This record gives sequence, C-alpha cells and structure tokens, in this order.
Amino acid sequence: MADSQYQARIPVYPRTVRGRFRNLKWGVLALAYGVYFLLPWVRWDRQHAANQAVLFDIPGRRFYLFDLLVHPQDIFWLAAVLIILALLLFLVTGIAGRVFCGYFCFQTLWTDVFMLIERWVQGDRAARMRLDRQGGGRPLVLKGITHALWLAVAFATGLTFTLYWANAPDLVVAFFTGQAAFAAYATTGLLTLTTYLLAGLLREQVCTYMCPYARFQSVMFDRDTLIVSYDAARGEGTQGRAKPMRGLRTREARQARGVGDCIDCGYCVQVCPVGIDIRHGLQYQCIHCALCVDACDTVMDGLKWPRGLVRYTSENALEGRRTRYFKPKTLGYAAPLVLIIVLLVWGIAHQTPLDASVSQVRQPLFVQLSDGSIQNSYEIKVHNKSQQPVVLELRLSGLDGAELDTGRIERLSLMPEQRTTLLARVRQDAPAGAPRQQDLMFELVPVEPEGMAVVRVESQFILR
Amino acid sequence: MSESGQRPEDASGQEVKTTGHTWDGDLCEYDNPLPRWWLWGFYATVIFSLIYWLLYPAWPVADTFTKGLSRVTFEVDGEERSTHWNSRALLVREMQNSDAAQRQQEFLRVIDDSTLDDVLGNTDKLAFVNSYGQGMFGDFCAACHQTGGAGLMGVYPNLADDNWHWGGEVETIAGTITQGRLGYMPDFRDALDAQQRDAVAAYVLSLAGYEGDAERIARGEEIFQGREGGCYTCHRPDGTGLRSQGAPDLTNDIWSNIDVAGAEDDAARRALISQLVHDGVQREMPAFGDRLSDAEIKVLATYVHQFGGGQ
Repeated sequence: MADSQYQARIPVYPRTVRGRFRNLKWGVLALAYGVYFLLPWVRWDRQHAANQAVLFDIPGRRFYLFDLLVHPQDIFWLAAVLIILALLLFLVTGIAGRVFCGYFCFQTLWTDVFMLIERWVQGDRAARMRLDRQGGGRPLVLKGITHALWLAVAFATGLTFTLYWANAPDLVVAFFTGQAAFAAYATTGLLTLTTYLLAGLLREQVCTYMCPYARFQSVMFDRDTLIVSYDAARGEGTQGRAKPMRGLRTREARQARGVGDCIDCGYCVQVCPVGIDIRHGLQYQCIHCALCVDACDTVMDGLKWPRGLVRYTSENALEGRRTRYFKPKTLGYAAPLVLIIVLLVWGIAHQTPLDASVSQVRQPLFVQLSDGSIQNSYEIKVHNKSQQPVVLELRLSGLDGAELDTGRIERLSLMPEQRTTLLARVRQDAPAGAPRQQDLMFELVPVEPEGMAVVRVESQFILR
Repeated sequence: MSESGQRPEDASGQEVKTTGHTWDGDLCEYDNPLPRWWLWGFYATVIFSLIYWLLYPAWPVADTFTKGLSRVTFEVDGEERSTHWNSRALLVREMQNSDAAQRQQEFLRVIDDSTLDDVLGNTDKLAFVNSYGQGMFGDFCAACHQTGGAGLMGVYPNLADDNWHWGGEVETIAGTITQGRLGYMPDFRDALDAQQRDAVAAYVLSLAGYEGDAERIARGEEIFQGREGGCYTCHRPDGTGLRSQGAPDLTNDIWSNIDVAGAEDDAARRALISQLVHDGVQREMPAFGDRLSDAEIKVLATYVHQFGGGQ
C-alpha cells in the first residue's frame, strides 16, 4: 500500500518545439528577464535622495519608482495596485484563459530558462531520457553541469531581487566582501534556494499541487473563454484517430473511412511542460502555454493539412456557436478595473508636496486658564515630501479673537523628506453664548520656496 | 466525468482509485496518492520541530517546562545576566543595546547639554522631548495626574492649565519632580466657627470674582487679613498665593481641591470653601530625584511645560 499512498514524481521530458507561441514566449521571457535583471542598475538623478531608479528603501520608509516617491501613507496605492492586478487577472482569464500562467508567471518563465539550460547541456527529450536510463559517469557529469548552471541562475535571481532593496552597486560590493547586512544574505539565500527548487526540481508540481489558481480556474472560465483545445470532431472523426498507415495517408482517404485528422504522432504530448495530453480536454494541470498548438501546427504544416487541430478556441466555437466577448461578466470586471485605474492615476497625480495633519489633544480636551479664557492644544504633524527645503509659518484662521501659541517656535524649517511634530495651543476668551464647538483652520504658509501652495487643515475648538 | 452509475475514470479512460465507499448511489471519493515530495516536506517539518524543541522553551513538564539550549544575555545595573531564550529578556536587551535605544540615549545627552532656550526653540529637540516625555509621563506621572496632565479634582492638580501652586517655569517643575512636594493647609475647625468660615468663604469668592453679600465679605476680609484667620500669611494679602508655600492663587476661577466653578449657587460655593477651611488640606507628591536621571527630569519637566500652562 505504501507505494500507492505516495506517488513519486513522474518525470516530464518536454521536447523542443518551434512556432508562433514559442516565439511569443521567448519574447516575453527576454523582456521580463531584461527588466528584472537590469532595472536595479538603472540610475536616476535625484537631488536629495538615492540615485537608483527603482529602490525600495525599507529603513528610510520610502519607495522610489523613477520620478515617483512612495511614502508609507500612500499604502492605499498598493491596495489599488493589488485590486487592479486581481481584476485584470479575472478579466483576462475570463476572456483568454490562463494567459498569465502560460506566458507571464515567474514559475513558467524560470522553468523555461531552466529547461533551456537542461537542453543545452543534456540534449533534447530523447537524449535526456536515455541519460536517465543510463548509469555511469557521463550522465553524472552532464547533470552536475546542469545543476551548477541552475544554481548560478538561481543565485543571480536571488541577488538581483535583493538589489531592489538597497543601492545596487554598493550592495554588490558589500555582498561579495562579506560586509552586507544579514537580511541581504538571508534574502539572496532563500531566493536562490526556492528558485533552484521550484524551477529546477519541482516545476509542474508547483502548478499542479501548490498553486491555487489551477483549482479555481473553472470559476472564471465559461463557454466563451478561449482555451487551448483539441478539436475532437476534426481529430477523431467518427472512427477515432489513427496513425498514417497505408491507405490513411491523405485527408480524403481518412475522411472516407471516418478517421479524423489526428495522426496520433504524440508530438503535442511530448512538448507539454506539465506532462498531460491535451486531447483529453481541459485539465486543471494545463497552464495554457500553447506549445502543443505549435507542435500540432508543425505537424499539420508538414502534412500540408490546415492548421488548428489544436488551437485557442472556446467551447462555444468548438460546438459551432459564436464566441461572445462583450457580456455582463466581462464588463463587470472591466468597469471596476477602469474605475480603480482612474482613481489610482488621479491619486498619484494629486500628491501634495506637504503632508500635514492636526490632531487635537483629547486629554484634556479643553482647559480653563486663570484669566478665564479657554485653551485647546493641537498636535500638528508636518511631512515635507518635496525634494527641497521648506520653511513654514503656522497661522490660524476661522476663529474670532483666538490667539495661537507655538511657544518659542516661530517658523518650521524642514529638510527634504523631514517630518516633525509641533504642539500648538489656541486660546479664546470664551464669549457667553458661544457654541460648544467651533471650527477653525490651521494654515501652513510656505515662506520658502516661493509659490508653494498653502496647506490648510481643519480642526475644531471646544469650549466646554 | 463519469456518467451516473459509472465508476470515475481518469483522462486516459482508466478507472481511478476511490476509497471504495459510495454515497447516494453515485458519490465516490477519490483516493489519489499524495506526491512523494509532500511526504519529504512533512519529514522536514518533523526535523525542524526536533531542532526547535532542543533550542527553545517547548514542553510543559509538571509545573515547569523544558528550557532549551538557546540563551539570552543581557545587563541589569551593570551586572550581566543570562537566561533561557524568552522574548521578555530579548526586549530588555533590545531596550539597552538596540540602535534605536542608543540613538535615544544620544539624544537624551544632547538635551542634557542644551540650554532650556535652545530646547524650547528647536523643533527637533522639542519633538524628542514630547515623544520621550510622553513615555515617561505615562510611566511615572499619569497614574495620578492622568494622561495629558488633566489631573483629578480634589486630589491631583491639573498640569495643563496655567495655574501653578509651586511655579510653572521648567526649572521649578524640575524641582517639583526632583524633590516632590508637600502641600499643606492647616485646619481651622477650632480656630474659626461656622459663621466665620462662611464669611471667609464669601471673601475668597469675591477675590475670585464672584458677587456676594457685602457685609459678609467685609467680615470675611477681616478674618482673612487679620490675626483671627491669618490666611494672608500664605495666600498673601492680595490672595495670589505664596509659591514657596505652594499656596494656590485665589484670585482666579481655577480650583484644584473643590469644584467651586461647578457648584450650583452661592450657598453651595460657600459651603464647599467653608468645609475646606474646616478640614485643611494635606497633599503629597513623591520625589523622583533618586529614580530618574537629571536629563530625564529635564525632559519630563519640559514635557509638562509643553502641556500648555508653562511659564
């Protein structure tokens, strides 16, 4: 029983294939790797801050994204970005299936590169299968080289990830001279290990067993969703598929005998990176990489038969109905997606250089002074988010006869990115019959630089 | 998918393994094997837990527990101590040795070396005073004076107004914190009878701006300013109070012992004051000079000064 309780991984030996989708995948891969590995090295001119184009500065609590500076209080942007990504995923999946899995997922991209290395060193499918059957030194050497190269790519991946969190040139030097922070080594080590394990050893097991996406894809799919499908009606005919034996070499001959177009060459199965047979229909293991489409197209081209025995199509199209793209579900995903994108862009475009907040001291809410007047205290927090020094004057408006007291602080000077807290007190001779609560406005008036907008923050004054 | 009544099949048309039980005629449960690496993952967690049990506190044993081999070393009053791994000891160490703790000590020294004018006129230093002071005030003062220094009527004076018994300059506040204060007013239960106390009360109310019976006030003034009561010795002839005695200013409408401002009418106000004169006052604030460093007291005094009533 022990054997049936736990199943050893059935090795998958994907075969090389050329074609439209393979080229598209290489393109996406080149773009993704280019961005990922080069981005930390792009410099960006900033006057008072790091000159790295993309830098996630955790100790400094700010993220640099080219000309955009993200502060912790902008955490809503992250929420917006995550909502956008989720909606985009649902929308795209509803229309075109698991596009993300097949073309953009890190697991797919890195596995592709690892398979490429494997093929360079050990040869294609047949050669690799032979190596696995053979004993002796040669397979050991070839596999050793493969694993060494995998580890090298994994390490480059891990180190590059770490570079996003500190100044890249300094960190690389510090890393190799043993001067870097523990977190840098830990992050690089962890990423190296997981990259090696997931892309090198676990591969399709990640998609099949670990990733939840495969399991809920059926919720997002419907009969109009484009999926990689085998045209069973064409491939099987009435008598099923058959190899091109004598008398079955031409389409006409096959159709006459009720045999389908599928010549059962098995190429589509051999190229599959997750080791399934697409001719069994939609399966949760399928990542929709479309390599089987390329494989079948290659074979059909060779036979001079029309392409598309395996193709991107919807269930409706397979059954001869029209595929609908514009329907409530798609629009329901698209509308909030557009809304959130607009909100995010609006939010980013309407950043203020000065961030100020006023919180009234609530214990005690008000105090009577010896001359009979009432005093309220306020904690004013100011954050200079601009990239230049700022000098501010605090003023009060909207409260008749009130006096503002900031002690001996007359002006606030804030360096770029500096934030400070100021305690301010407001006094008013409580006139008889005045309302218990009055509104007031604090104005932070920039003295330097000129032309900067006045920041106004509302608060209230409590009399009793 | 299987048709009703059929056994489930896998993609290649082979019958798959089920647990063998069928519910409602056609509901079966797959008995798919787990991937073997999943089993390895399970073994890895077992090994992890063994190492964890060896290093860290883990198993309860009777009224104690296994302590583990990992230890934390920290200092208490210059003496090095070592204990089994626990997060409280880590916190103690963190509070002493962490970068943040050291920066805090550094800033405390800066405050110690700065003049008061410098601290009060510098936003950075003031911001530190307010944040560090808030923590200390919470630890040492807020139990009586309440968060924000609002105090409690009759027991603990309000620190947020500008009415000070002993003085509201930073130096005086620091002195109060260092030495503590004994607030004392003798009782007049034998020296003055009820009518006399009532008259004194009327006079005191007139000092604070309340109107009252002129005759009674005149009688009260006699007692207050004369030998009968002798109130003027501490409260001064004009009623503003001798700070060296901690005698409160009677000429404003701020009351820390009795809620005169909140009383209903003149009779109630007089009754409150009369009772206080009968009972006397005895209040004590403990000294903190031996518990806090000079720098900390300076920070705390400046923080209290910042409440809004500092002079």
